[in-house]
Amino acid sequence: MTNGEDLVETLRRFNLFADLDRAQLEAIADPDSERSFGAGERILRRGMSGSGFYVILDGEASVTLGGEELNRLRQGDFFGEISTLLDEPLTADVTAETPVRVLEIPGPRLEVFLLSYPKVMLRMLVTEARRLQEVLAWRS
Amino acid sequence: MAVLEGAHPPGEYPVVVVGSGPGGLQTAYALSRLGVEHAIVSQDDAPGGMFRKWPIYQRLLSWTKPDAPYERTAREYEWYDHNSLIADEPELRATVAAEMDRTYMTPSCSEMERGLAAFAERVGVQARYGCRWESTRKEEGGYVLVTSDGEYRCRAVVFALGVTDPWKSPIPGIEEVPHYAETPAAREFEGKSVLVIGKRNSGFEIADGLEPWARQIFLVSPRPVQTAVLANASVRVRYFEPLEDAAWGGGTFALDAAVERIERTEIGGYRLRATGTTRPGPITIEADAAIAATGFRTPLQDLRELGLGTVADGRIPALTPYWESTTLAGVYFAGNTTQGAAGLRKNGIGSASGTVSGFRYNARLLAQEIAKRLGHKQEWQQLGRDDIVPFLLSELRGGPEIWTQKGYLARAVYPDGSTGIVPLAHFLDHCEHGSIAITIEMSAEGEIYPVSYVRAREEIDERHLAPHALNDFGGTEYRAALESLL
Repeated sequence: MTNGEDLVETLRRFNLFADLDRAQLEAIADPDSERSFGAGERILRRGMSGSGFYVILDGEASVTLGGEELNRLRQGDFFGEISTLLDEPLTADVTAETPVRVLEIPGPRLEVFLLSYPKVMLRMLVTEARRLQEVLAWRS
Repeated sequence: MAVLEGAHPPGEYPVVVVGSGPGGLQTAYALSRLGVEHAIVSQDDAPGGMFRKWPIYQRLLSWTKPDAPYERTAREYEWYDHNSLIADEPELRATVAAEMDRTYMTPSCSEMERGLAAFAERVGVQARYGCRWESTRKEEGGYVLVTSDGEYRCRAVVFALGVTDPWKSPIPGIEEVPHYAETPAAREFEGKSVLVIGKRNSGFEIADGLEPWARQIFLVSPRPVQTAVLANASVRVRYFEPLEDAAWGGGTFALDAAVERIERTEIGGYRLRATGTTRPGPITIEADAAIAATGFRTPLQDLRELGLGTVADGRIPALTPYWESTTLAGVYFAGNTTQGAAGLRKNGIGSASGTVSGFRYNARLLAQEIAKRLGHKQEWQQLGRDDIVPFLLSELRGGPEIWTQKGYLARAVYPDGSTGIVPLAHFLDHCEHGSIAITIEMSAEGEIYPVSYVRAREEIDERHLAPHALNDFGGTEYRAALESLL
């Protein structure tokens, strides 16, 4: 079982939220923003609009395109930001491989969220830069 | 020893429903309509569930409009009556509407309770009242429910328990603070300053109820009130006066702060120490009285030890789109708890499963799903090729399921011409090539529009139809859009 205290403790360990103080973490750790998925359940579906930004609290999820696994997401990883920021349909499926819990920031609230916590935005940008670097390195 | 006289005595049943609130009654009725044998047990002594106790100071939030563009006996009228349970027989519909004295558009607790009791009586739902579910065992092929009257064995169990157990967030000292559920009459707060921990519905209900009596009211929790989200929700009426008072500096304060601890003062009051979140800095508040409006949880008894997964601080079961536990097969939920199945939450908009208006449809679908799994044959409405578009247009205009459960429930038409209501997530993940679904959805700004989904091999084609000033989605533009899907 989890409780609000656990959610704060969980978020505190994630790189994305490493710069936030306790009061800020409590403000983010809204138990009503927690979503849970059974193993095998779809979290996000390719082609769908209107999704949000998610941070994995527990469990593992796969990112797939046409049945091929592109990436594996684990505790502390985040996803959904590209289609939310670009306001475009999702480009891949995300499926729970084990029971998965995520923290959800609904799409329409992501901008306000990032502007409220610029340090989170910076850490997100660094992660995106690393991802881009990996893709470029692979291509060269 | 088992008590064998009365309705539904202990024994073996294909399905057992626990609870006699609206969720339990609706599920039991739907199971009966499908011919699925079941028992209903309830620890209460009459139907009605939480509406026999709460809300404390106010009436319900969801509307029942005695007069509407449709007759009360029509299925389409359900959209205008969010509180009555639903029936297939026209003469059994709109039981809450019949109780409304028309002072307000939303029923009082007693109007609601009488409407539910009328439904239970008219449809002949027999529950075993005064029978308390105490513990649960898993057996091969099903479950054993141990109750105060004896043991029930079943293949599937539906828990319709509500979200009714007072719950307090883990703040040091909060054990000294009475819970919302223990709030006395408003006049007890005359001339006092009151600290309310929590800025959600129950916190604002208390604040609104106490404003004519209390000297000062301090509402405290870490997150700001989502006024933009509230703008389109009926619950906003609870927030109006306290927020207006707070905005004008009239003695009510809505503070965004992480509470560190609560202490008793020497004179019998309360002292709260907190750190501001939206406006950083330490905050200390002293008040004569305090109330923990920190919410409720589902009374899950020993289900967690059995392996039941939960969300929201362990307060609500984690559910599949068909309201089965994500971790315990054969354990289903009905009623308010079905909010544990979040759905797609497109644009951040959730289901209506936390209210009677939404979960009454979930209960009907749940009964269908259980009947299917138990091997009962069901007859589905069949549409000829030429009937499909006119039928979908009429559903877009007034289908109460898709209007109420916006973006959660969909109207589906399958390649063989059969049609039914289905959770959208289930449709997207399981429908076959050539299936079509329509929904009514809402943007973050509150604009209502139809959406179509068509399965073409592995792809789903999602299309947004245009909004209409009068929400009339039956015209030529919509006809053409639907024709193009076939």
